[in-house]
Amino acid sequence: MKIFGIPIFPEQASTFAADVDALYFFVLATCAFFAIGVAVAVIYFGIRYHKKHDGEIGARIEGSLPLELLWSVIPTIIAMVMFGWGASVFYHLRRPPAEAMHIYAVGKQWMWKFQHLEGQREINELHIPAGRPIKVTISSEDVLHSLFFPAFRTKMDAIPGRYTELWFEAQTPGEYHIFCTEYCGTNHSGMIGTVKVLEPAQYQAWLQGGSMEGTLAQRGAKLFNDLACSTCHLDTGQGRGPSLKDILGKTVDLQDGSSAIVDEGYLRESILNSQAKIVKGFQPLMPTFQGLISEENLVALIEHLKSLSPNATTAAAPATGAAAATPQPAAAAVEKK
Amino acid sequence: MLDQLKMPARNYLNNGHGLASWLLTKDHKRIAIMYLISISVMFFLGGLFAVGIRLELATPAGDFVQAGTYNKFFTAHGVIMVFFFLIPSIPAVLGNFLIPPMIGAKDLAFPRINLISLYIYWIGGVFTLYAMLSGGVDTGWTFYTPYSATGSNSNVVPVALGIFIAGFSSILTGLNFIVTIHRMRAPGMTWFRLPLFVWAHYATSLVQVLGTPVIAITIVMLAVERGLGFGIFDPSRGGDPVLFQHLFWFYSHPAVYIMILPALGVQSELISTFSRKTIFGYSFVAFSSVAIAVFGFIVWAHHMFVSGISTYAAMVFSFLSFSVAIPSALKVFNWAATLYKGAISFETPMLYAYGFMGLFTIGGLTGLFLATLGMDIHLHDTYFVVAHFHYIMVGGAIMGYLGGLHFWWPKITGRMYSEFFSRIAAILVFVGFNLTFFPQFVVGYLGMPRRYHSYPDEMQVLNVLSSAGASVLGLGYLLPAIYLVWSLKKGEVAGPNPWGASGLEWQTQSPPLTENFVEVPIVDREPYEYEHVAAKEKHLV
Repeated sequence: MKIFGIPIFPEQASTFAADVDALYFFVLATCAFFAIGVAVAVIYFGIRYHKKHDGEIGARIEGSLPLELLWSVIPTIIAMVMFGWGASVFYHLRRPPAEAMHIYAVGKQWMWKFQHLEGQREINELHIPAGRPIKVTISSEDVLHSLFFPAFRTKMDAIPGRYTELWFEAQTPGEYHIFCTEYCGTNHSGMIGTVKVLEPAQYQAWLQGGSMEGTLAQRGAKLFNDLACSTCHLDTGQGRGPSLKDILGKTVDLQDGSSAIVDEGYLRESILNSQAKIVKGFQPLMPTFQGLISEENLVALIEHLKSLSPNATTAAAPATGAAAATPQPAAAAVEKK
Repeated sequence: MLDQLKMPARNYLNNGHGLASWLLTKDHKRIAIMYLISISVMFFLGGLFAVGIRLELATPAGDFVQAGTYNKFFTAHGVIMVFFFLIPSIPAVLGNFLIPPMIGAKDLAFPRINLISLYIYWIGGVFTLYAMLSGGVDTGWTFYTPYSATGSNSNVVPVALGIFIAGFSSILTGLNFIVTIHRMRAPGMTWFRLPLFVWAHYATSLVQVLGTPVIAITIVMLAVERGLGFGIFDPSRGGDPVLFQHLFWFYSHPAVYIMILPALGVQSELISTFSRKTIFGYSFVAFSSVAIAVFGFIVWAHHMFVSGISTYAAMVFSFLSFSVAIPSALKVFNWAATLYKGAISFETPMLYAYGFMGLFTIGGLTGLFLATLGMDIHLHDTYFVVAHFHYIMVGGAIMGYLGGLHFWWPKITGRMYSEFFSRIAAILVFVGFNLTFFPQFVVGYLGMPRRYHSYPDEMQVLNVLSSAGASVLGLGYLLPAIYLVWSLKKGEVAGPNPWGASGLEWQTQSPPLTENFVEVPIVDREPYEYEHVAAKEKHLV
């Protein structure tokens, strides 16, 4: 929406936008009603009961219990409506559909890196198809960032050492802002980009233009060999490390008697801090890769590991605490027996 | 009538001359004056950084200062304004000066501790200012980890230690007020005869005493992490960056109430005095302050809806956040009802009180937008948030402070300021404030993030409006500094009760004696009874 050519309202480019804006206008109208009501009352009283002569004093009115109850209960009810509506929109914002297309984002001082499963990699630019739900799994190489798509009305922090995620379904092809909204140091305001929403056919064409490196999972497979993971993690289960075939979504027993569900958070922790959870029956031989592998390579590796479980349902891999309603994926996945 | 009045021969201002009589005083009124001067210096210093911010944002490109400098500007603005101006403002100046005479006491319960708290504030202030001048800090006033722990190369620890030190000043002031209000009330001054200003300060003091230690320990953890390499918040050393946010907001959200509650107390006094009418629903207004202080402690995670907390935790904190809105709304309704059938006049303090009602209402209501989960995801960390908290902190707390300062100035100094210029200033502040911050709601919903040194071109017009408003606002703040100082020598003599107010503090001379009252007053009336005051005024004529 523009006035004199100046935008005063953001474009609605996702399925959420209309939901969030409807909520916004409801709260705005309710608040305007109360604000204008109070303003009219105090201005009217100010004129009507203006002091007329020296020594005049106001009427002695101590208060009124019914009035106090009235203006406590009514705002409480209205507040509960706002809460409920807001919570339901939020719940929807936090639940990516199972069929969502998956993209990885890594925040780094001061750029956004995006990786498509098909192998394309982009910096500060993100090409996506319209009309398809898209789930973005977010991590950070260094400090906190926050991935914000104003035209889609959604954002999520990028937290080092952890995966978070957001999802949206873009509707209107076009180019929209990407901002970093969590202050991240000197060039924070330079950490911006453009999301390019394409018609599905155009998107396919863009993908064809593609990368020479193969898909994300293929890059991960190469890393799996380069980092010598493959020497211990044999598919046969006879290696020094457990087999990684078909483990996604499964529960594994750990050395200390507890168990863990294998999800992205578990895989991430097991690579970076391999001593944290040792699978029962194996020795703590694996080196830790903390600081030795970039976030981008890490997601490639995880994509490869996920591809080893072709039968696992996507829903079995609740990538992040946020989406799975658990505060920390790794911690929450561990159930003490 | 007024020109027949004379300045009282003996008062706290002429009881002792020379620097030592001030620096070694145990008189709560003199300590309040020294706080007034100190926080005024801090206010204009913090304001100077705001000027830098608005100049930079007048154009979309980052062309006024470099990004690093800009980041130090908004950090300095936030740190100075929050920790060294807003938190001490009303309690340390007006509370310090007025609580004893309002309850019929000679002084606070611990006069020496009161003086110590001022010295601690000075030490903290000098520490922080020195650290800012010798390189500055660029983390934002929120000091989020891991940037503050490992990322930033600036003076994080010295600035944070200054805040740590100043925190003790805040704790000691709160402690002093609590004990004073419990133990020092004059005979007949029951809890429900206390002015609402005192109730608000009681609630504020509880938050200061209970909340401030949490920020202190958080700063210690940050210093230990930065200085000694402990892994508390930095994930690469096994820490949790989100833990810092929980600890930080566990103090810093209640700290918002340290800043606004005293202003709510001032507002009740102003509304009652200038409508010559008892406050509507006294006990509801009194307990709503306590309710705000209590609820304030259980809403902190509403600052963290997109920081990876769980969906259900977010819902709980959203729900609780709405609960703070109710006692706040209750206050506004009661003030409005107080005006009904009043005898209203619009002297300068009342102009501030009216301005406060408008701005606090907008500030409070926009808080509902942010507490509403589905919307906060979009609004979080945009200029909408900046506008919202400035409506509370500047539109609320500073309007309250200025209203209070103008109201009690004749009591503090014994003289009146220029009514003409003070009305002009009050109107400039109101107009300038709205012009500065209202466009920020719009640009925030449009998506402009906080703490941006440069921004997209299409957002320039709204930012220019903001910068233009800021210059009007700045003028509105400079004027009082001139006419209030002028009034010290040239102002008309005010007399004990120029406004016809009902509080106990107006029954003693202006400026008061060092011991406040000639003899211990005995309170035999309910609060805000104007029948009695009016009779007395007539008698004086």
